[in-house]
Amino acid sequence: MAARTRYAPDRGLTARMTATMFLLGLVFVGFVAAIIGIGAATHASDAVIVVFAVVLAGGFAIGSLFYSDKIALSTAGAVEVSPNDGKDAAYLHGIVDRVCALADMPKPRIAIARSPLPNAFATGRNADKAVLCVTTGMMSSNFTPEELEGVIAHEMSHVAHKDVQVMTIASFLAIVAALLIRFSFYGELFGGGGRGRNNNNGGALPIFLIIMGVSIAVYAISFLLIRMLSRYRELAADRSGALLTGQPSALKSALVKVSEGINRIPTRDLRSAEPLNAFFFAPAAHLTRGKSLSTIFSTHPSLERRLAELDKVQQQLNQAR
Amino acid sequence: MGFLDTLLGRTKPVPPKLDDLFALPSAAITLDAGTGFKPTGSGSVCFRPVEGRSFSDVQKEVQELLDMDSGKEGGLPVEATKDSYGFTWLVSSHMSDQLDALVTDLHAVNSSLVDAGFGPQLLCTLVAFRDDRERRLGLIYLYKRGTFYPFAPLDGERRDNALELQVKGTVGDDLKWEPDLARWFPVWGAPGL
Repeated sequence: MAARTRYAPDRGLTARMTATMFLLGLVFVGFVAAIIGIGAATHASDAVIVVFAVVLAGGFAIGSLFYSDKIALSTAGAVEVSPNDGKDAAYLHGIVDRVCALADMPKPRIAIARSPLPNAFATGRNADKAVLCVTTGMMSSNFTPEELEGVIAHEMSHVAHKDVQVMTIASFLAIVAALLIRFSFYGELFGGGGRGRNNNNGGALPIFLIIMGVSIAVYAISFLLIRMLSRYRELAADRSGALLTGQPSALKSALVKVSEGINRIPTRDLRSAEPLNAFFFAPAAHLTRGKSLSTIFSTHPSLERRLAELDKVQQQLNQAR
Repeated sequence: MGFLDTLLGRTKPVPPKLDDLFALPSAAITLDAGTGFKPTGSGSVCFRPVEGRSFSDVQKEVQELLDMDSGKEGGLPVEATKDSYGFTWLVSSHMSDQLDALVTDLHAVNSSLVDAGFGPQLLCTLVAFRDDRERRLGLIYLYKRGTFYPFAPLDGERRDNALELQVKGTVGDDLKWEPDLARWFPVWGAPGL
């Protein structure tokens, strides 16, 4: 059937994302095995800090999942709007209504943030609790309705893909590792020395060092993998958004305009938007052009990469029957 | 969406549900009996155009197909308009007593787009009604949900919610109504209304 080929999933992207998540899972399993091994070789009191770190990290993850909408909105200084709150709000609601009707999704709450930076983000732990936030810079006349709609379709794809949940779960490991680095550092300072003197077999003192070393390695690897996963999910959202609106070119030109706008704005504004980067349509720190080391650390793919992937969508939609 | 699709960041485009549209003619009789609203004979299909030649060819074919039909029955040609949100509306006009023919026309648009593989682009269909006091009413069919909702615009972008709920109550089970009121979105200035 023609419909099946026109909207076929991108196998390459799926394969790369699967590989990334598999590696992340592998690091997780290796980490747990190492901790259990260390725990078995030492006293129960050392295992307590590991349990404590896991519980605390779980608390962080659940907390950030439940309050993600409130935290993101207050960080961005965004205000929720209803369709009666003026012309811009009514227009935004109109676009979101249509995108949601096309995608058969519940309508999210909508917020507008006062910022000259053209950008948008969506957050919230599930589709029913989602919030879509657009900056006033994005609502300006620089963007055509099709471009704004492309950006909104991209954000709604993040909601449909449950990206907030997936990334929170993916980050869980990194939070545990980061906590263990800190705990073992303090453990070494205050507990380790005293115990080493009482226990002359020499086993207790290096335990903290081993935990610290393992944690640092796990943190570094999972950090890179999470960034990689984030970039793949951006590409997936670009793709779904463009397929939904049927206008990949509008999304492309919106991407170019957003990145140009971001590069023009002074750094003072950029710093205030930084913590939210992972959720934004395009990161506020400049979009990297070309290949460099910074590509592996960034939450978003390069502009060229995103445009190239959208070219594929364009060809797919335009293929003959 | 399945667990695997969530994990891999895939969304399947939602195929449209077409069959429930044919409940409209019988519901229109109930509506007339209960509220005095009669079909005006005009209706429209709203869809998201896809960029590129493939889609514009399909759209041209659909228009030619409908124009051929309307020529035979003395109807008006099909009119395509683009709204401020970038959606295309194909407006088909018939005599006010030819609701069956209108629904057949609207269905022809749907099935042409679906056959060409553009089913996910369909947004909604609107059939216009009017009463003796010249009040306007649209019954809107949401393709992705397979449900209807009423839309009664007043002057100055306000809607007559009381009338909309009255219509829903009057027609009752003759149509599948959209239960989620948040999805009853307004279509201000919709062509044909």
